[in-house]
Amino acid sequence: MKTVCLYFQVHQPWRLKVYRFFNIGKDHNYLDDFTNRAIMQKVARQCYLPMNALLLKLIKENKGAFKCSFSITGSAVEQFRAYAPEVLDSFRALAETGCVEFLAETYSHSLAALSSKEDFVEQVKLHSKMIKEEFGKKPVAFRNTELIYSDAIGEMVSELGFKTILAEGAKHVMGWKSPNFIYTNSIDNRLRVLLRNYKLSDDIAFRFSNQGWDQYPLTAEKFAQWVSEENGEVINLFMDYETFGEHQKATTGIFDFVKALPKAILKQPEVCFATVSEAAKAYQPVGVLHCPHVMSWADEERDVTAWLGNELQNEAFSKLYALKDKVKSLKNADFEYVWNFMQTSDHFYYMATKWLSDGDVHSYFNPYGSSYEAFINYMNVLSDFEIEVEKALAAKKSRKKETASA
Amino acid sequence: MRVLMFGWEFPPHIAGGLGTACYGMTRGLARNDVEVIFVMPKASGDEDERFVKVVNASDVEARYSNSTIEGADDIMRKISFIHIDSNMVPYISPEEWDTYREEYERTGKKFWEREGDSWTQRYTFSGKYGANLMEEVARYAVVAAEVARQLEGQFDVIHAHDWLTYFAGIAAKRVSGKPLVVHMHATSFDRSSSDNIDTRVYEIERAGMAAADRVIAVSNLTRNIVIEKYNIPAEKVVTVHNAVRFAEKENELPKRGVEDKIITFLGRITFQKGPDYFVEAAAKVLKRVPNVRFVMAGSGDMMNHVIRRVARLGIADRFHFTGFLKGDDVHKMFQLSDVYIMPSVSEPFGISPLEAMRANVPSIISKQSGVAEVLDYAVKVDYWDVDAMADAIYGFVKYPALAKMFSEKGLEEVTGLKWNSAAAKIKAVYEDAINEVAK
Repeated sequence: MKTVCLYFQVHQPWRLKVYRFFNIGKDHNYLDDFTNRAIMQKVARQCYLPMNALLLKLIKENKGAFKCSFSITGSAVEQFRAYAPEVLDSFRALAETGCVEFLAETYSHSLAALSSKEDFVEQVKLHSKMIKEEFGKKPVAFRNTELIYSDAIGEMVSELGFKTILAEGAKHVMGWKSPNFIYTNSIDNRLRVLLRNYKLSDDIAFRFSNQGWDQYPLTAEKFAQWVSEENGEVINLFMDYETFGEHQKATTGIFDFVKALPKAILKQPEVCFATVSEAAKAYQPVGVLHCPHVMSWADEERDVTAWLGNELQNEAFSKLYALKDKVKSLKNADFEYVWNFMQTSDHFYYMATKWLSDGDVHSYFNPYGSSYEAFINYMNVLSDFEIEVEKALAAKKSRKKETASA
Repeated sequence: MRVLMFGWEFPPHIAGGLGTACYGMTRGLARNDVEVIFVMPKASGDEDERFVKVVNASDVEARYSNSTIEGADDIMRKISFIHIDSNMVPYISPEEWDTYREEYERTGKKFWEREGDSWTQRYTFSGKYGANLMEEVARYAVVAAEVARQLEGQFDVIHAHDWLTYFAGIAAKRVSGKPLVVHMHATSFDRSSSDNIDTRVYEIERAGMAAADRVIAVSNLTRNIVIEKYNIPAEKVVTVHNAVRFAEKENELPKRGVEDKIITFLGRITFQKGPDYFVEAAAKVLKRVPNVRFVMAGSGDMMNHVIRRVARLGIADRFHFTGFLKGDDVHKMFQLSDVYIMPSVSEPFGISPLEAMRANVPSIISKQSGVAEVLDYAVKVDYWDVDAMADAIYGFVKYPALAKMFSEKGLEEVTGLKWNSAAAKIKAVYEDAINEVAK
């Protein structure tokens, strides 16, 4: 028996508006409301709504034989609530079928795992709480931002009580090993690791509409054939949910492909679908995965240099997390809100200066003219936020003094 | 007295200090009873025309083919062997440069176009410096000769600003026989990072000054360069320091967003302006005093380098970049500042500290600037001496008495620097030149 494990990542960052030096100290509204709304509603129309409806239909048609998993970030959910509540309803409808699993991750799609355990734990707990509230179930499997993974990150995740974690089947980590089996974390053997089959995943996510690809056009039958030819037990197809209708537009035939896929795969002998947690439990681990250095699913290098690869990113990152204790001590929801969206990894992605093989991907999503502009804008917002935090702290202190003297 | 003036830019369309200086100067000359016909490429129609008549060079029809214009063929021959090279840019903000260059590459459109037959050629100029600069300079000279011919009898002296218009000045002189005054606002040695100068520009500058009856330098610093490095006879070269013109009406102070002291650098972020020294001084100050913010306003080819350096020094939360500022934003920036600093490696004059002082902002300027010759109430440091720079910043931030003295005395001092008196000196130079030619 072979299992196909489909998992989709749903994320939208809160985009910052153009925030000049002259705004510092005066303007505490950091977000580009118009762009955020416009993008959310566009993606909802082109991807989230039609794709959710399609998946719901497929689940019903196949009577439980078709399953998939999602991870939805806190900032995406916040924007659903603000701009497209019907998307949230359609995800709830999927949750109610029982064939869809929702995973845990960092609330803000943040890089907290690279900052400190404390930051990371807080972000994960916040996210799990949100998923429980929205979809009724506490998540038991975990995926980190951009599949950022290392032995130490796995250990933290296991300590938090998760049984399964997702990671990239990166060549430099896997070596001769196949991603199509279950592995365990090298520090904590109880944590199971599912590894992305990047070849088959990217056939859909990146190559589907590429007419220069020798396998173009990709049909469900052809893809099902490849799946059945793969060696191993679990075929992990992990990709951004925006692949469907947004990166691969409806006109490429991507929805027809998805529509035909479950039947085509289930037609193969000895192949079934499972959610992440089911797939992890279905087989015995074949070995221990050693990953002492941090990896991710991004770029050719599969490392974290897309977010923390130059001095701009490092500076912004360290200046952001230097504020943590102050923000925490305020215990104020307004500050927490800003604190959360400032952590989103996309801000750091915009500051990347590596434009070689993956320059296209970087520039496609980048609202800024250059990484330097992105950096300046982010630091301006952060500076104002810092001033506001300091002010609030001072006010709090003086209030305390007053009550003490009274 | 009437003067035919060749410039390259005029407010509000300015990329640098030359346009501002020309504006102040023409006003000053007008007050001294000098009529100015200001010729510049691409007059867009909204120049303040009260003090100058703007002749749109693009509207001048060159009725004759190049070779028949007396004297112009000589210039054309001089130009023709100069390669058209995009690397040659005297000053321009990179954004403007990029758009300009991009448009050129996209459309393949030349900066001048010929319409109709060879007997009615209309040259359309772009008012910006561009890739085809040398060609543009030459074309400008051809039309200048035509302008001078059409305006025959309407001017007594020709005044050309910076090397871009020197060929135009020479051409006009040949056509009209009137004396030529050239104005050195900057030299090739100020623009390059070493003695490795652009020889084509150097040659034009030298030719312009050699052909001129008088050379005006904006500072003694510039005058010395002119005499020593261009071999121009000292008696021909006169220093007339720039002045600064302020709007009579002071707009109200903008609301301050931050309580911290603000130290400002405002100018093009290029080697010539010494932005690196500002960053190093900032890092030194921030080690001692926390409540200071540094602002670098402007853009330029060293901007990305500076941003990286700021990030590496770990001071990006206290060091801000505004990008290119214009019009009111410049004024606003001065008003928001507590200390202004101009660490220029080489600055022929440098008008911005005067604007800062006018806004009551105490200033630190490099000894390697022309403006240092006319100011007493500004702290003067060597551009490379970041310790002294940091020291001065610290002093202004920590000792209010010092800042107060420099701000009050500085305002007094700068208010005394009037274009009226500078223009009177320029008028005297005109008279000298006219008398000499008449002899």
